[in-house]
Amino acid sequence: MTIPQISVFLENKAGQLADITDILSKNQVNMRAINIAETADYGVLRLIVDDASKASSILLEQGFILTMTPVVGVAVPDTPGGLSKVLGLISNVGIDVEYMYSVFGQKDGQACMIFRVADAEELTTVLEKSGIDTITGENLGLH
Amino acid sequence: MERYYQQEIETASREQILAWQNERLVKQVRHVWDNVPYYRAKMEEKGVTPEDIQSVEDLHKLPFLSKDDLREAYPYGLLATPLKNCVRIQSTSGTTGRRVVAFYTQHDIDLWEDCCARAIVAAGGTDEDVCHVCYGYGLFTGGPGLNGGSHKVGCLTLPMSSGNTDRQLQFMVDLEATILCCTPSYAAFLAESIHERGLRDKIKLKAGIFGAEAWSEEMRQDIQNKLGIKAYDIYGLTETSGPGVAFECSAQTGMHINEDHFIAEIIDPDTGEVLPEGSKGELVFTAITKEAFPLLRYRTRDICILTREKCSCGRTHVKMSKPMGRSDDMLIVKGVNVFPSQIETVLLEQGYPANYQIIVDRVNNSDTIEVMVEMTPENFSDNLGKITEMEKGLVSALKAMLGIYAKVRLVAPKSITRSEGKAVRVIDKRKI
Repeated sequence: MTIPQISVFLENKAGQLADITDILSKNQVNMRAINIAETADYGVLRLIVDDASKASSILLEQGFILTMTPVVGVAVPDTPGGLSKVLGLISNVGIDVEYMYSVFGQKDGQACMIFRVADAEELTTVLEKSGIDTITGENLGLH
Repeated sequence: MERYYQQEIETASREQILAWQNERLVKQVRHVWDNVPYYRAKMEEKGVTPEDIQSVEDLHKLPFLSKDDLREAYPYGLLATPLKNCVRIQSTSGTTGRRVVAFYTQHDIDLWEDCCARAIVAAGGTDEDVCHVCYGYGLFTGGPGLNGGSHKVGCLTLPMSSGNTDRQLQFMVDLEATILCCTPSYAAFLAESIHERGLRDKIKLKAGIFGAEAWSEEMRQDIQNKLGIKAYDIYGLTETSGPGVAFECSAQTGMHINEDHFIAEIIDPDTGEVLPEGSKGELVFTAITKEAFPLLRYRTRDICILTREKCSCGRTHVKMSKPMGRSDDMLIVKGVNVFPSQIETVLLEQGYPANYQIIVDRVNNSDTIEVMVEMTPENFSDNLGKITEMEKGLVSALKAMLGIYAKVRLVAPKSITRSEGKAVRVIDKRKI
């Protein structure tokens, strides 16, 4: 089970990020995770929100450029070596992690990390076979 | 005492200059008619034959040539001598990427170098001088032209070409260069570097010959003060041979056009009508002595004024003002011709929209060019690495097209200013 991620093009100028959070807030969209990758001139804002289709259509209407990507939410044991174990496993099967980031908060001693890979379904299967929990949209309160 | 490279020519009477022009023009029109079918067709279209051109008075009857013609006739369409008689090409960028290629016979090169030699002598050069040439060598006409002129004068020539400031300064100091030839912005940059390194007392420069890009009177004063030299302007374009079509004398109030080789006209850029002397308009050249690539009535797109007022230097050839602008959208950045259409071509080829803006600036006396490009859904990715890869691809494609580095800045869609529905393509922040 994959999770929809929205990525938005951000020009590196004051107020760009605030504009987006403001639009989402006005439309009652709740953010579950946020990550930014940037160069000196521009960046990519990645969002996991409770209602991805609503958020994306609002942002598109406002003229933002975005793309939707399926990503995998992984329940990583919140103990020393927890992430290392997961990454080792993924690396062993030859899956390349393009980037990852964490979701706000934790539950039952587990941290939730978002993994972006070429084939999200494949990663989900691999993790499930190895007894590592993946996190569904439902777990994150996504509609 | 004013010195000249070819005194009899440079100080000839108006009547004498006109007599040369009349004779050479008639001969040149016949040469072109006989050897350049492309131009002959243009003449025929206008109903003009060589018999109609009896003197400079008849020049206006001839059709114009423009950069578009050079593109259309590329590469050999305007060549007027067999290739076996040619010994060299020089080249510059043209519109939408097709380069301008100019051909030279040995005789053409001799005359071109004479023109450059006149400029060097007018700047005070003699065979006692050490002439430091840091215009680019190669396809660009700057290096080869001044190099040849310097040889003719008998200066010790330092063929430095452009770049590598450390080496430039080392040779300038150790070999006691007295005349500097380069673009004015590079001269200003070198002047800064000389100051920073405390080399002012170690340099022996007395004059500089600076061209290939626009520069202001303020910039002249600045360079003169910083280097303790006299700074002279020089004008030319690849299409008419290169630098040396016109050059400044000790009066420093405009550039004498070498009228024994080129007939200058000022026209209204919109109607093509020849304007009376003293009017501001587009400069048009007819090359009357070139053999291989003799352009007749070539529209330079440079806007300027001609004056025949008596010059204190004793030269009698007409003077042109510094170019005051362009009648097309060509930009000169770091001495290189840049057309917005070239940038547009690259953007479209690389899958970007033709929504762009070019910002030209001069930072620390060096030109910079930045192209703002709007991001598109197709080019966007959640992976930053993929975006930067595309950006790098765009930068190298622009470099290949323009010959100079242009910074690319990806911006949000619809963020490029549009005024009255029409995009402002170029913002030139340089104070020239």
